[in-house]
Amino acid sequence: MKLSKKTTGRSKSTGTGRRNLMVRFWHVLVALASFELLWVAGSLLKSRRVNRDKAQGSSHLIAAGNVNQFKPGEVKGIPQGGFYLVCQEDGSFLALSKTCTHLGCTVPWNKEKQQFTCPCHGSTFDSTGLVMAAPATRPLDYYPLKIENGEIWVDIAVPVKRDAFASFQIGRS
Amino acid sequence: MAKSTENRSLTFSSFVFHLHPPKVHAETLRFTLSFGLGGMAATLVVLLLVTGLLQLLSYSPQIDQAYLSIQQMYQPGGLGGFIRNCHYWAGNLLVVITFFHFLRVFLTTAFTGPRRYNWIVGLALFLLVVFANFTGYLMPWDQLAYWAVTIFTSMLSYIPVIGSELMTLLRGGQEVGSETLATFYAIHTGIIPVLMVVLLLYHFWMVRKAGGLIKQENTRGVAPARIATHPHLVAREVAVVCLILSIILLFSAVIDAPLGAEANPGQSPNPAKAAWYFMGLQELLLHLYPSFAICVVPLLVLFFFIRLPFGVKETPAKGVWFGGRKGALNAAISGIAGTGLTFFTVLIDDTFLIRKGSSQLSWLWRGLVPTIGCCLILVLLYFILVRIRKCSAGEAQIGVVSCFLCGAASLTVIGIWLRGAEMALVW
Ligand code: HEM
Ligand code: FES
Repeated sequence: MKLSKKTTGRSKSTGTGRRNLMVRFWHVLVALASFELLWVAGSLLKSRRVNRDKAQGSSHLIAAGNVNQFKPGEVKGIPQGGFYLVCQEDGSFLALSKTCTHLGCTVPWNKEKQQFTCPCHGSTFDSTGLVMAAPATRPLDYYPLKIENGEIWVDIAVPVKRDAFASFQIGRS
Repeated sequence: MAKSTENRSLTFSSFVFHLHPPKVHAETLRFTLSFGLGGMAATLVVLLLVTGLLQLLSYSPQIDQAYLSIQQMYQPGGLGGFIRNCHYWAGNLLVVITFFHFLRVFLTTAFTGPRRYNWIVGLALFLLVVFANFTGYLMPWDQLAYWAVTIFTSMLSYIPVIGSELMTLLRGGQEVGSETLATFYAIHTGIIPVLMVVLLLYHFWMVRKAGGLIKQENTRGVAPARIATHPHLVAREVAVVCLILSIILLFSAVIDAPLGAEANPGQSPNPAKAAWYFMGLQELLLHLYPSFAICVVPLLVLFFFIRLPFGVKETPAKGVWFGGRKGALNAAISGIAGTGLTFFTVLIDDTFLIRKGSSQLSWLWRGLVPTIGCCLILVLLYFILVRIRKCSAGEAQIGVVSCFLCGAASLTVIGIWLRGAEMALVW
């Protein structure tokens, strides 16, 4: 291509230079347009999300039962909240999210082995939600809870992420 | 447009000649050059568009109705089930055929020179095909669909910086729900088909612009023979179209597309497996630190294949499979090595390393080190092929790609057939 242009004696003519500029301008324009389209798509998706987040924010505290329904060491799934209520050996309570921190599968509690094992990629967690086997890298999320007159109240608005176990994650009567 | 009756009768052939030149090189009609794979893929895309449009009439994209609407397609006496079967099997076959088309383009060295931009368009098409299949997978809202989409959207959250924002955008909130189905429905039935058709027309135009399919290097100095597109090429194309259509229609008449139990957010199936074309990636997820399996490795692979036509100066013989016998032997040896190494590594990791739990340095020992290790193995293979087997750079490249693809295929096989409950290895 280049060679044939040279032989016709139009090499380095301002014509091609101007054409290159036009082409470049054209490319920039296309890139801008695509970027803008993406941005519009993103903001449309975002408006849809805002609607749902508002709807979700309405439910906060749910009652998960009374302290004397639980024995120390017991782990019980609370279906209406999508979490596990763990009664620890010292009688304190911890509300653990059912969602595996690896990629979001629901982890079942294995009573014999006293651990959670994820069916999707095999991550295992102990009864406080700490990682026992990869590929998960974070402990299970928890929900803040408080105990009033023996009633356990769990705030299921947002699961809280954590890197380790700490005493403020639990509730005592 | 058509002014006379004669003109009107030409409409079909003038359409054909918009996509084809009037004459083509005789040697490119050889079935064993292309195996008609591109044509098969194009046929499947058209079939998918037609059956997809028809399904818009019977499917309801709401989470409380989607599953039911699919079940109702299978009412006795109706054609809905047959249409869904065609759409399902054509989609799955398209992944296979597109992959083989990609292989043939690579192995006959038809991706360099003027064809290199078409190679990139092709890669984009391949990604679109996989993503189309994947978004379609969610539509029935059964257990498979629900958990596949949960896992996939969570995977996005490991992308640095934009990840979690991207995840909530696609899900339409923190959890998978009705907005997620609505978004995926829009992507599957609107955005992807439009992009696909546009890219395909561009793809065909670029094939024509490059002067048709790849030819062998002309050594004899005689001008290569050219013959009329109609009937020689058109007849062959019609044959391929009929072949692939009859296969799909017959298969769909006999075998129903699978439908699992209705989605249940409270319980993941055990084992929860992705669609078969993602099982290689899922297997990788078991072994690698998440952000490496999800982000680093796929980007490296994509970058490698995009760069491919721009790297090597000296290519293997064009239009010849593997560039000749030596290339074929190289590819076989490298492929066997890739397969063996993959099975060995998976076995070692599963028996000794995986149960060690996670530590602060997981990203290093389960991420960076194995990734660099794999790259080094491929580089080593390249130098072995060049130095010891005296290959040209292009021939060695075929070996490296063969090793990589066989490794990826092994991961897929392990994931599909050798993983049982809780993803433990089973024989
Ligand atoms: C929906 C998917 C695709 C369709 C329908 C499609 C269709 C076609 C068709 C009809 C041809 C003409 C020759 C033939 O049959 O081989 C072709 C050629 C070609 N395709 Fe594709 N293709 C697809 C995906 C891809 C992919 C994934 C790649 C590679 C990354 C690719 C790269 C090429 C190249 C480089 C050529 C020119 C080959 C040559 O000149 O010999 N295409 N494609
Ligand atoms: S989602 Fe639980 S291990 Fe991957």
